[in-house]
Amino acid sequence: MQPWFVEFAERIDDGDPFYLACEECGAAALPPRSVCPDCGTQTLEERSLSGTATVAASTTIFSSIPEYADDTPYTIVIATFDEGVRLTGQLRDVEEIDRGETVAVDVESRGEDAWLVTFAPTG
Amino acid sequence: MSVQIAGVASTPFGEHPGSSTRELFTDAALEALEDASLSPAAVEELYVGNFIGDLTDDQAHVGAMLADAIGAQQAASVRTESACASASSAVRSGVQALEAGDADVAVVGGVELMSASGLGEVTDALANAADNEYENEAGLTFPGIYALMAQAYLHEFDATQADLAAVAVKNYENGVSNPLAQRQEETTVERVLDSPPIATPLNLGDCCPITDGASAAVLVSDAFADEHGLETTVTFAGSGQSSDSLALQDRPDLARTRAAERAAEDAYERAGISADDVDVVELHDCFTIAEILAVESLGFFERGEGARGAVDGETAVGGRIPINTSGGLLAKGHPVGATGVAQLVEITKQLEGRHPNQIDDPSVGLTHTVGGSGASCVVNVLRTGGA
Ligand SMILES: [Zn+2]
Repeated sequence: MQPWFVEFAERIDDGDPFYLACEECGAAALPPRSVCPDCGTQTLEERSLSGTATVAASTTIFSSIPEYADDTPYTIVIATFDEGVRLTGQLRDVEEIDRGETVAVDVESRGEDAWLVTFAPTG
Repeated sequence: MSVQIAGVASTPFGEHPGSSTRELFTDAALEALEDASLSPAAVEELYVGNFIGDLTDDQAHVGAMLADAIGAQQAASVRTESACASASSAVRSGVQALEAGDADVAVVGGVELMSASGLGEVTDALANAADNEYENEAGLTFPGIYALMAQAYLHEFDATQADLAAVAVKNYENGVSNPLAQRQEETTVERVLDSPPIATPLNLGDCCPITDGASAAVLVSDAFADEHGLETTVTFAGSGQSSDSLALQDRPDLARTRAAERAAEDAYERAGISADDVDVVELHDCFTIAEILAVESLGFFERGEGARGAVDGETAVGGRIPINTSGGLLAKGHPVGATGVAQLVEITKQLEGRHPNQIDDPSVGLTHTVGGSGASCVVNVLRTGGA
């Protein structure tokens, strides 16, 4: 995995997740960016990201790529943080989840410099 | 100066065991050149779409390989890659070369050989169109990405899984009449709903098959057509291409394809038309939900109304705006790097009045091709006129 993603994941693992906020327009983005996707300025600043997010969509995968073929079925979630960024990860602890539910973000190590983002219900 | 479509061809789509990228593309290109009454020696530019050949064939530098294979070593040759929109990018490059006056004859095409690789290997290769760190490494497959879009759409609007299935029913039916189509069987809403789940809410019947195939088109300048007495019927009218965030998670609305909206707006403006002027469409239905999102982005239906198209028959061969009369990617098949030109071949046949599912007297046709989950989109517009 790319060094920027390893750092991003390790910061989640350390309980100190971050995102990038645009000083100019307030847009929220994820690494690795130096240019704001909304206004094009180079004023992105690292800020702390809350540890919980809201489920925006989910799907249960029955047929997968070789790396995850033995794990099916598993559920993928896109969740929206209060700061505005969205992140994709695998659902843990439950098999399905509704839109609008609150989830906590975490990461799992998958070997050296390889990380998987996960979400689990907070309730 | 306008660009004429002088000849088109596609190989049969499906499985071609024992064939190769070279052989399949050569079949399509030579048939298109014959259709144009031109020899490979006339080709000045070759643009060819190919998406996963590096992985399936261990072969890059596909442009030169195919110029050589078709007997056009004299041509400038380039492989274009915009994931599943690769061949539509090739069309744009060919048109631009002719419009710039750099050349008078271009072959544009695409080829993909997918069936020889295992399903896992192909799924892995196709996943390269998605964001590697944020999507693939999380275990999000390509059908999974479209499933997330489908779930968001079904939640946001008054549509059901059965409405998604209606797209498959229509396109499978169209494929039955198309001798080049991979799937030659009709289906029903019930059969799609009962087919094995791939990524909820999408079932196997909502997904396009794994396809081998190649397509090619010969583009010539007006001046060349006049000079050589080539009679053509179809003129290239305009094109648009746009981009979006690579990862689905970065798009503010999961059930909306902004690159397609921008590409369509640009193509309509360049062609001097609006959505209402379009008579026949080949669009990127890699999954049933993709057709619904596309008909909205292209302006044929209001947001949230796209699912009505197949359900109410408006997008059928005899409907208000016939969509995917070839069977689309769902039934015709989806050799990923060839699809954009395969669509252009079908639209050209419609405008020339020689399509197996011919509609009445069309004068404007459109192709819509998506790369990845919508991070690339190309819209090309053709019209009758010719030289
Ligand atoms: Zn900004």
